[in-house]
Amino acid sequence: MPSIYIDVKRKMTTSEGEKMLHIEKEISGGDFICLVGHSGSGKTTLLRMLSGLVTPIEGIIKVGDEVWFDSQRKINLKPQQRSIAYMFQDFALFPNMSVEENIRFAQKEKDKTKVNELLGIFGMHKLAKQKPAKLSGGQKQRVALARALASSPKILLLDEPLSSIDHEMRERLQCEILRAHEYLAATSIMVTHDMSEAHRMATEIIKIKNGLIVENDESNCSCLR
Amino acid sequence: MNSDFIQTLVTTGKLAFWTTLILFLLGLPIAYFLAYSRFRLKAIIEALISMPMVLPPTVLGFYILVAYSPQNWFGQMMEQWFDVRLAFSFGGVLIASIICSLPFMIQPLQNGLASLPSSLKEASYTMGKSSLTTFFRVLLPNIRGSIIIAVAMTFAHCVGEFGIVLMVGGNMPGTTRVASIALYDEVQALNYKAANQYALVLFLASFVVLTIIYSINKKTV
Repeated sequence: MPSIYIDVKRKMTTSEGEKMLHIEKEISGGDFICLVGHSGSGKTTLLRMLSGLVTPIEGIIKVGDEVWFDSQRKINLKPQQRSIAYMFQDFALFPNMSVEENIRFAQKEKDKTKVNELLGIFGMHKLAKQKPAKLSGGQKQRVALARALASSPKILLLDEPLSSIDHEMRERLQCEILRAHEYLAATSIMVTHDMSEAHRMATEIIKIKNGLIVENDESNCSCLR
Repeated sequence: MNSDFIQTLVTTGKLAFWTTLILFLLGLPIAYFLAYSRFRLKAIIEALISMPMVLPPTVLGFYILVAYSPQNWFGQMMEQWFDVRLAFSFGGVLIASIICSLPFMIQPLQNGLASLPSSLKEASYTMGKSSLTTFFRVLLPNIRGSIIIAVAMTFAHCVGEFGIVLMVGGNMPGTTRVASIALYDEVQALNYKAANQYALVLFLASFVVLTIIYSINKKTV
C-alpha cells in the first residue's frame, strides 16, 4: 500500500478568472480519500495531475519510493508509466469492445482467469459479450470498476463515479467501490459532491476551495477502519 | 460495350482506387495531428487542405502542371532522380487527384476523431497503452462511420473528377482518359449513345455512394 506525497502547483481558469491550484498533502498507504469542494475548485485537476494527464507547473509527486513528477529534476512519468487506474466520470468504456474485452484490454498481461474472476465479483457473467451501449448506468459503472481492478494498480483514482446513478444503486455501488479498494490493497482518491457519501466511504475527507486545501476531516470517517 | 468504354472505366476505377488507398494511409496521421495538436499554425494547414473544395480544379491543375514542368525544381527532381515525366501520365494524374481529394478524406477523419470523448484516449493511456495501440485499438474502431464516409466521399469525388485530370493528364485513352472526360468528348462528337453510357455509370456510382453515406449517418445518429 503505497503512500502518496504531493506538492504541486498549476494555473486554473475558473469563472472568477485565473487561479493557482496549490495542493500539498501526504496520504498514507491504504487510505481512502474523498475530495470535496465546489465545481471548478481543482478536484479533477488534482486527479489528472496524479495520473499524468496534465502536468503541474512545478512541484513533486512521490508514490512510495518512486518519484512520478519532480519539476526541479525534470522527472515526469507518462500516464502509461504510473501504476494507476482512473475511473472517469463518463466511465470511458470503449464502445467497440464488449464488457469482457474492455476488462481484458486493461490488463498488462493477458489473464483470462482474472477476467472471469472480475466478471464473477461484479455479477456480470451474463453481460460479458454485451457492448457498453446496451448497458444501464449502474452496469456501466460496475464494468468501469472491474476494468479498473484488472491492471492491479497501486493507486485508484475515481472522478465522481456515482454522480449519474440513482440513490438505491448508489449505496450498493459505494460498497462495491470499497470492496474494490480493499481487494486491490490500493490507496484511493475519489472526487464527490455528496458529503454523506464522503463520510460513509472515506478514511479522510479533503475539502478544496479555490485551489487550496481548506479543511481536513478525519473525525467522522471510519467505514474502512 | 466496346473496349474503349471498358478501358476508360478501368482507368477511372484504377485512379479512384489508388487515390483513395494512398490518401487513406496519408490521411490517418494528418487527421490525428489536426484533431489533437495545439500547433499554432494549425489553421493554415487546415486552410491549405480545404483549398481544393473552394478552388476551381483548373487553378489547382494549372499550378500542378507548372510544378511538373522539367523547367521547375519538382519536375526536374522527378526527371533526374526517377527518370519520370509526370505531365500527361497516369502517375501525374494520380498525384494531382490525391492533392485535389485531400479534404474529402481528411475532414471526415479529423471530425470523427475530434468528436470522440477525450476520456477514451486518456483511459487507454492510464492502462499503460501506447499512442499507437490506442490509435488502432480504441480510436479507429470507434470512428468506423467517419472512415466509411471519408473513403466513399474520396472515391466518389475521384470517379467524377474532371477539371484537374483534363489539365494535368489530358485525354489519353488507356492512360489518363477517365469517364467524365470521355463523356464530355462523346458529347462534343455528338455521340449521345456512348455519352449516355458514361453518364449512367457516373450517375449510378454517385447514387450508390451517397446512399451508403446516408445509411451510415442514419445509423450513427
